[in-house]
Amino acid sequence: MTLPPIITFRQVSKFYGHGEATIRALDRIDLSITAGEFVSIMGPSGSGKSTAMNIIGGLDVPSSGEYLFQGIPTSGFDRAQLTLLRRHMLGFVFQGFNLLARTSAVENVELPLVYRGMDHRERRSRAMTALEQVGLKGREGHTSQELSGGQQQRVAIARAIVTDPAVLLADEPTGNLDTRTSAEIMELITRLNRDNGITVIMVTHEEDIAAYGKRLLRFVDGHLASDQAQVKEHTHVL
Amino acid sequence: MFFETAKLAWRAISRNMLRSFLTVLGVVIGVAAVIAMVTVGNGTTAKVQAELSRLGTNTLFVRPGQWGPGRASSEAKRFNDKDVLAIQEQVTGLRAVAPLNRGTATVIAGGANHSSSVIGTTNDYLIAQDWDLSLGRSFLANEDRGGQAACMIGETVRKELFGAANPVGQSIRVSNVACPVVGVLAVKGQSGMGDDQDDTVIMPLKLHQRRIGGTTTISSIILSAQDGVATTKVQSDVESLLRERRRIAIGREDDFSVNDMSQIAAAMTGTTVLLTGLLGAVAAVSLLVGGIGIMNIMLVSVTERTREIGIRLAIGALERQVLTQFLVEAVMLSIFGGISGIIAGLALAYGVVSFLGVPFVASPTIILLAFAFSAMIGMVFGYFPARRAAQLNPIEALRHE
Repeated sequence: MTLPPIITFRQVSKFYGHGEATIRALDRIDLSITAGEFVSIMGPSGSGKSTAMNIIGGLDVPSSGEYLFQGIPTSGFDRAQLTLLRRHMLGFVFQGFNLLARTSAVENVELPLVYRGMDHRERRSRAMTALEQVGLKGREGHTSQELSGGQQQRVAIARAIVTDPAVLLADEPTGNLDTRTSAEIMELITRLNRDNGITVIMVTHEEDIAAYGKRLLRFVDGHLASDQAQVKEHTHVL
Repeated sequence: MFFETAKLAWRAISRNMLRSFLTVLGVVIGVAAVIAMVTVGNGTTAKVQAELSRLGTNTLFVRPGQWGPGRASSEAKRFNDKDVLAIQEQVTGLRAVAPLNRGTATVIAGGANHSSSVIGTTNDYLIAQDWDLSLGRSFLANEDRGGQAACMIGETVRKELFGAANPVGQSIRVSNVACPVVGVLAVKGQSGMGDDQDDTVIMPLKLHQRRIGGTTTISSIILSAQDGVATTKVQSDVESLLRERRRIAIGREDDFSVNDMSQIAAAMTGTTVLLTGLLGAVAAVSLLVGGIGIMNIMLVSVTERTREIGIRLAIGALERQVLTQFLVEAVMLSIFGGISGIIAGLALAYGVVSFLGVPFVASPTIILLAFAFSAMIGMVFGYFPARRAAQLNPIEALRHE
């Protein structure tokens, strides 16, 4: 017995606006992603890649077609059910880090657990473990202003993985970072995918960042222009 | 979870301490005003009641017309000597029956003059009021009944006209009536209503009627029941006697009233109820304004923190959880306003009360009410901004700068 793919798009379309001014952000996309994959998504702006990410992340819903998560159709989900999908299954990493200002690293990491109603002690220990995993042990008391961009993104990654999500959604995770720090972050994400078995879906516009993925999707004008496996093994020096 | 929410709310409030303070100022002022006024009002009422009860519960006041707020008594027929005589003869259990006419007149002695309250009555008045003399004597029979000129003066009048000298035996002119001073009244101080009881000249009723009032009628009668006699019985006896004498048909209302002090106190409290109602209206308006202030600043806060809300929604906060967070923040704000208002109001009341010399009577009911009301203000006016926060679209919120 084979498990259903973790992400399935069946003829998913997304329109914005009405009548003549209708913009077709996604046009009948078919897609399936299996658990454990590391998928890079590229495409020019307006190609639909962000819309696809938003739909996968439960932040947006298709105008037509069906989005299935672990084989379960989500078309009937209301706002609260989509929130619960995000809360229990997905972790988000954004280009702008999106940490809470004037809040310590460990409290930022704890945030998703707070909404799960986890008690303080367990929350704290899980957040500390997550921070250790991203290499920020000893920095838990620092607020985001006191951390470098790379460290902030590590906190964001810790926040995304603290709930043990099935899928990590990364939207331009290295967009605000220099080359060296980008490489470190990508190695971290690669390791999470390889060692923890987290499915990674990452949007980027940089070829060398996309190359970290094992599969590359290219979006053009709302269509899936290409879908190919990447064999190139990234070598790195630490 | 609740603790977390409260902690978050406190952080958001304390981050902008000055703004938070200015926001709740409306609530603070509204609550403080109500607490201060009610507390001072309670103190005054307590003092008046203490004063009234000191006068004794065995004292009855007989006046023409119905007495109480909104009742005019000027139309009603006044009493006469025969009414007083009839009460003295026919009602048992009385210690004193004092007819009373009151006016204001200029009192002159030597070069000094002073405007004072002038009472025409009998020696019974001193009995009914438990009033002693510090110097001299009360009226002799020919003065008391016959109206021969003689005056007893209060301490204030004595001081104004004679300074340190002994006034007994001296002559004063009360509105052109020459009157020898026969006695000086013991010091009584302020009455519950705040007027100086020692600023008084007492003369025989007959003299007052003839030379001051130009009348043969009596405006009121003070009765004092003997110890152990129920005032209710005296009251009903006097009422039926006067009804008969004034020929009031059965079924018609009395055109006079007989009240004891507790009834008068109750009537006075009746006036306070009206005042309290007015006060409540003022408070409601200021709390409404305060509530709108809170709503305004919460809307600003939601806009400012759009991105934060977006993050929270994206990582798994339910609408309900975001709503609760902002609602708790609004309620916390308004409760802080309420508590500050209660403290400020009590402090203000304490100052005013010490200045007026009335007791400090803090009412737990009004304090609890003010607290509950301010919490409710936060709930009502925080709901709309909180709902707006909860219903934000996470994608747009995350994009917000």
